[in-house]
Amino acid sequence: MSPILTISGLHKSFGELEVLKGINLTMQQGDVVSLIGSSGSGKTTLLRCVNLLEDFEKGSIELAGQKIGYREDGAGQRRRLPEREVARQRSMTGMAFQQFNLFPHMTAIRNVMLGLIKTKNMPKDEAREVAQKWLERVGMAARSDHYPGQLSGGQQQRVAIARAIAMNPQIMLFDEVTSALDPELVAEVLAVVRDLAVEGMTMLLVTHEMRFARDVSTKVVFMHQGRIHEEGTPDEIFGAPKTERLQGFLANSEI
Amino acid sequence: MNYDFNFDVIWRNWELLAQGLGLGLFLAIVSIAIGCLIGLLAAFGMLSRHKILRWIAGGYVSAIRNTPILVLILFCYFALPQLGIALDKISSFIFTLSIYAGAYLAEVFRSGLVALPKGLREAGLAIGLTEFKIKTYIIIPVMFRNVLPSLSNNFISLFKDTSLAAAIAVPDLTFYARKINVESFRVIETWMVASMIYVVACYVIAWLLRRLEQRLAVPR
Amino acid sequence: MNLLDGLGDTILISVSSVVLGTILGVFVGLAMTYGQRWLRFIVRLYIDFLRGTPVFVLILACFYILSVVGVDLTAFQAGVLALTLFCSSHVGEIVRGALSAIAVGQTEAAKSIGLTFMQTFVYVLLPQALRQILPTWVNTATEIVKASTLLSIIGVVELLLATQQVIARTYLSLEFYLFAGFVYFLLNFVIEQAGRAVERRISIP
Repeated sequence: MSPILTISGLHKSFGELEVLKGINLTMQQGDVVSLIGSSGSGKTTLLRCVNLLEDFEKGSIELAGQKIGYREDGAGQRRRLPEREVARQRSMTGMAFQQFNLFPHMTAIRNVMLGLIKTKNMPKDEAREVAQKWLERVGMAARSDHYPGQLSGGQQQRVAIARAIAMNPQIMLFDEVTSALDPELVAEVLAVVRDLAVEGMTMLLVTHEMRFARDVSTKVVFMHQGRIHEEGTPDEIFGAPKTERLQGFLANSEI
Repeated sequence: MNYDFNFDVIWRNWELLAQGLGLGLFLAIVSIAIGCLIGLLAAFGMLSRHKILRWIAGGYVSAIRNTPILVLILFCYFALPQLGIALDKISSFIFTLSIYAGAYLAEVFRSGLVALPKGLREAGLAIGLTEFKIKTYIIIPVMFRNVLPSLSNNFISLFKDTSLAAAIAVPDLTFYARKINVESFRVIETWMVASMIYVVACYVIAWLLRRLEQRLAVPR
Repeated sequence: MNLLDGLGDTILISVSSVVLGTILGVFVGLAMTYGQRWLRFIVRLYIDFLRGTPVFVLILACFYILSVVGVDLTAFQAGVLALTLFCSSHVGEIVRGALSAIAVGQTEAAKSIGLTFMQTFVYVLLPQALRQILPTWVNTATEIVKASTLLSIIGVVELLLATQQVIARTYLSLEFYLFAGFVYFLLNFVIEQAGRAVERRISIP
């Protein structure tokens, strides 16, 4: 079976500073991959390249058979795809952010409906049904008419996850979705993510929650200074780390 | 468009323009100084326990802020004499501008006072100072430093408002610009230069005030 | 009645300048937020020039310059032009400030659900920016109403000049200046109250 996501030779720099120094990664459908590493390792940048929130200078990302963001033109030059095309490609992925980023001027259900109506061109009634279904899935059906300002952090994050999945993405991207939450609210969000993993959603997570990563992932990738340092199953990475750097990193985090 | 630019008449009259600019600055400085006093009184009035004081101060601020400054200028110069208060042009203008500044500064000071932590006054009481001394040595100096940016903006606005002195024939920059314009018909040059002088003056004033803010800032 | 006509002209001047100035100002603000560097530079000059110049000077400049370059405008039109430019510089700053204040995460979230730039702007950024803009914009509108009095100096018979004409006939300067002041106060008061009512209606719970 062909992989759903193939990242080849990815290089990215911010001005003078190179933050991704040649990343190669493949994911099959149903994989749950956790990216771990210290700050500055490039894991969040890598995630944001997949849905083109960040540009990349070299290499390619292929999602469900399509090359993301750039193409070769007739003369062999690398060209960025037009905005409309990029927007369409973005809707193949779903992202949940550390800061939730819900639209404050819309109710929970309207937040979820917006993408369905404007990107997928769904009629309003159908969009409302789909949105309601996904809000139920994350346990927020009772509060569908609340505004983000009226919800707790954990509740907002669950609505944000619903907003992303309702778009029926090929792959879900989670960018440290519990880092901005009070400790007692973390569990409810992790529960939602775990459920999605169990149901077979393809996921790429950046997380500091090591126990959760060990529990839920099919593969764990340890990054350091822009490169993949070690990768393997959760047992291999957490139980038998091969490199000193990974050992050091794990020793400093709680497992 | 056939227009021969000729800046000669401007250069020949540069003394008048400089004089006008100087007068404008003078008017602005005097007015903001008096305005600060009025504004402080009004600010304390708006925060007073006594309803009447709040009412009077609030009424003053509200009335002046919603009235066009030209109406105030004309009123003070032409109407007040009927009440027996007859001032010469410049005094009348300073009087008007100070009252005008006072109303805007009252708002600045009021929000500055409200933003101060309550503990400041209580600390002063705890070391045995009277209310008046607390205000003079603690509250006002601290509040003043905090509102310096707002104060700077108000001063620059006030400086621009001095251009209206020309409306009652006070010889400021705008008055002389108009005179040169009417006498020489060098319309574009005159107003280009007049405008540039104001814009540059505002920049310089803003820069100076920023330096002042930095010097007065409490070292952190 | 002279005064009533004058009031009518004041309202006409104010409304025209605010409407035109706001439309222009929105483009100015958009240019400052999304434009290329050279555009932002030019617009910055435009804004700084208009904000550093006293309104009175702007009005006089428009009045005198336009006739010389062959553009035939009445004093009324020249005055409205000056006020429109003045308003646009203020609105431009307001719009720029409001758009910059919206967290970048909002645009990222909109992108992540596949919205194009236009869609993001219309459905996500604009509604949030408008709520931020409203109070300051109302303030600018009252400034324009007050600045309309300056048109009296170039001979436009708005409320202030009309008042002065009545005073010239009746010598009742005290009464009529007070009356004019009161009318302006009322105009601005109404505008402010209307603004606050709108603010309350559109506020996000």
